Amino acid sequence: MLSALIVMAGIAIVLGAALGYASIHFKVEGDPLVEKIDAILPQTQCGQCGFPGCRPYADAISKGDADINQCPPGGEEGIRKLADLLGREVKPLNAENGVEKPKAVAFIGEETCIGCTLCIQACPVDAIIGAAKQMHTVVPALCTGCELCIAPCPVDCITMETIPETVETWKWRYPVFTIRQAA
Amino acid sequence: MALPGLHDPPGRLTLMKLFKFNGGVKPETHKDASTRLPIATLPLPERLTVPLHQSIGGTPRPLVRAGQRVLKGQRIGAADGNVSAAIHAPTSGTIVALEPALMPHASGLAALSAVIVPDGEDAWAPVTPVDVRALSGGELRDYLRDAGVVGMGGAVFPSHLKLNPGRQGKVQTLIVNGAECEPYITCDDMLMRERPETVVRGTLLMAQILGAERVLVGIEDNKPEAVAAMEAACRGSRIQVVPVPTRYPAGGAKQLIRVLTGIEVPHGKRSTDFGVQCFNVGTACAVHEALDYGRPLISRIVTVAGNVSTPRNFEVLFGTPMSEVVRTALPRPDTNRYLMGGPMMGFPMPGFNVPVVKATNCILVASDALFPPPPPEMPCIRCGECAKACPADLAPFELYWFARAHNFGKAQEYHLFDCIECGCCTYVCPSHIPLVDYYRYAKSEIWARERDKEAADQARTRFEFRNDRQEREKREKAEKLAAKAAETKARLAETSPDAPAATAQDDPKKALIAAALERARQQKAAVEPRNTDDLPPTVQTEIAEIDARRQASGPAEPSA
Ligand code: SF4
Ligand code: SF4
Ligand code: SF4
Ligand code: SF4
Repeated sequence: MLSALIVMAGIAIVLGAALGYASIHFKVEGDPLVEKIDAILPQTQCGQCGFPGCRPYADAISKGDADINQCPPGGEEGIRKLADLLGREVKPLNAENGVEKPKAVAFIGEETCIGCTLCIQACPVDAIIGAAKQMHTVVPALCTGCELCIAPCPVDCITMETIPETVETWKWRYPVFTIRQAA
Repeated sequence: MALPGLHDPPGRLTLMKLFKFNGGVKPETHKDASTRLPIATLPLPERLTVPLHQSIGGTPRPLVRAGQRVLKGQRIGAADGNVSAAIHAPTSGTIVALEPALMPHASGLAALSAVIVPDGEDAWAPVTPVDVRALSGGELRDYLRDAGVVGMGGAVFPSHLKLNPGRQGKVQTLIVNGAECEPYITCDDMLMRERPETVVRGTLLMAQILGAERVLVGIEDNKPEAVAAMEAACRGSRIQVVPVPTRYPAGGAKQLIRVLTGIEVPHGKRSTDFGVQCFNVGTACAVHEALDYGRPLISRIVTVAGNVSTPRNFEVLFGTPMSEVVRTALPRPDTNRYLMGGPMMGFPMPGFNVPVVKATNCILVASDALFPPPPPEMPCIRCGECAKACPADLAPFELYWFARAHNFGKAQEYHLFDCIECGCCTYVCPSHIPLVDYYRYAKSEIWARERDKEAADQARTRFEFRNDRQEREKREKAEKLAAKAAETKARLAETSPDAPAATAQDDPKKALIAAALERARQQKAAVEPRNTDDLPPTVQTEIAEIDARRQASGPAEPSA
């Protein structure tokens, strides 16, 4: 009886030590759930969800402080993926946060731009180049379409242009059978 | 079945054992009609609309302006990066516009094209053949990229990328694909019948570039004329012509490799991983033209078949409107659409005037009588016919379910991207489900998602970098201020050890301001500059004289 207890206790201590070692040695940096949520969010960094960027929103979702339907750029697709990940019900986008729009990029009217650099400071992804009193321009490949540069511009020279579909980005449509009139 | 090349002459070829690929179907071939007449050349059309984007990869950068005169074979679009191929003027004339024009693409969208009005002279730009032995592999590949050589079987993958012997330094087996399994299409057949020596020459060049030990030409055994012509042209060379059994899709690269070498390329792998590279016969001909004559790719052989009175093959300049080619073959009046490609893999064109491009192996003229619309789609009964027919060893009905449910991750797990869109599954499906349409839909959705994901990852990195930078700048500013404050404090303590030191301790900022004010006051007292201070001595004396005169004449000295 006693020897059995000692053996069991010994095993428990050894395994406990192994687990303790593993938890320190193989520690995962950061919260994996937040990472997973952040990977679904579109990284537009627009703040429409009510948080200063996608990562803080991901944090809030993981803590249960925010709902999954607050990100307009992610749209329905994004909500569906979040619902899948978190095992929740899919719900429509919260209209208070905005509406889902086709993807667009900012465009600076180069005749009007006065080179105030205010848009550069507003852009969360450094997609605008320019310098004081020089004409500014948006690098379309880097622009996420967050619209944060529009409000600060004192001469209202920034507009959002929707990205047209090209032969390269065109997608085959979901097959629908067209019912033809019988002759 | 008579396999001429397989049994005679004995000795060399009896060693050749053929293999079988799984699945496949045997549709009506309809090939005879368009092989009765020789390849014809079209008269120069009034206008050529040459799209800049005609291959897989980046869109070439335009090198010409509207209004510019160009010569035949002059480069008008430069390859954009390495995964791209150049574009050339198909004839001499004037570029009248550089504008978006309707593409021969299922999307019905427009893309940047050069509109050329031919001058009728058809004058070549200076061409320089290259000595293959004198150039390195890399230089040869660059040359082929700039000559616009791409895969002519319909996939239009830039050939120079495939002509890379890779790390091993050589490719074991070079296979030239003359199988041409798709119904109606006969352009490769006619090329091999009429110009076998060009194919042989191109094949030898490619074999040399790749360092290939074994060179095989696979031709479906329903083309005995092409087999005979190729065998005659290959006599005495190391190329082996092998007739393969006729079964669709024997012309698929993986399928032909399987039949000729027995190598089964697994899902997600490429044939080069097994030392085999496969090219179309048309590509071989294009390589020969480019290297031996210096002529870039500006035309191709196109089969016009289907709802026409005289189906035939034409040598067509790129940019020629399809309707102009079809007109020569006398279309029947009930024609209502064109397909590019054959009935199995082709897709409808958005208009009759879209241009012939590098990918146009066939213009299939269609009418509702010849190609009736498919009967309504019925539910999948899981009969498994599609899986039996699939040459890529996939489970098409599973892919269909996943694509239908937008479950793209699962579809990829089931090797959606190994589907060659051959259409065998659609062909056999008793429920008439347009299976390939679902796969095309799923594939393009996955590509779009991948693009979005890349953009999001980039945005995340840039956002994090910007936040870090702002943090760092804030920190550096605070540190600088703190350092300056400490410095001032030290100096104040040094100069006036009594009262100000106490205030400085209370509030370094106030002390700083006080110190600055003090400095300014002292400076002002020391030098009260006047605008006459820095003048040369002659002017100074002049001013002094004027002042003296002014004083003498009465009024007071002007204030500084
Ligand atoms: S609304 Fe969406 S895209 Fe915008 S910051 Fe919030 S999570 Fe990011
Ligand atoms: S350029 Fe404007 S819209 Fe584009 S990412 Fe920057 S702030 Fe947002
Ligand atoms: S052939 Fe058609 S009905 Fe049969 S399993 Fe395949 S998809 Fe379903
Ligand atoms: S289209 Fe794709 S899934 Fe269908 S038979 Fe061909 S390879 Fe298989």
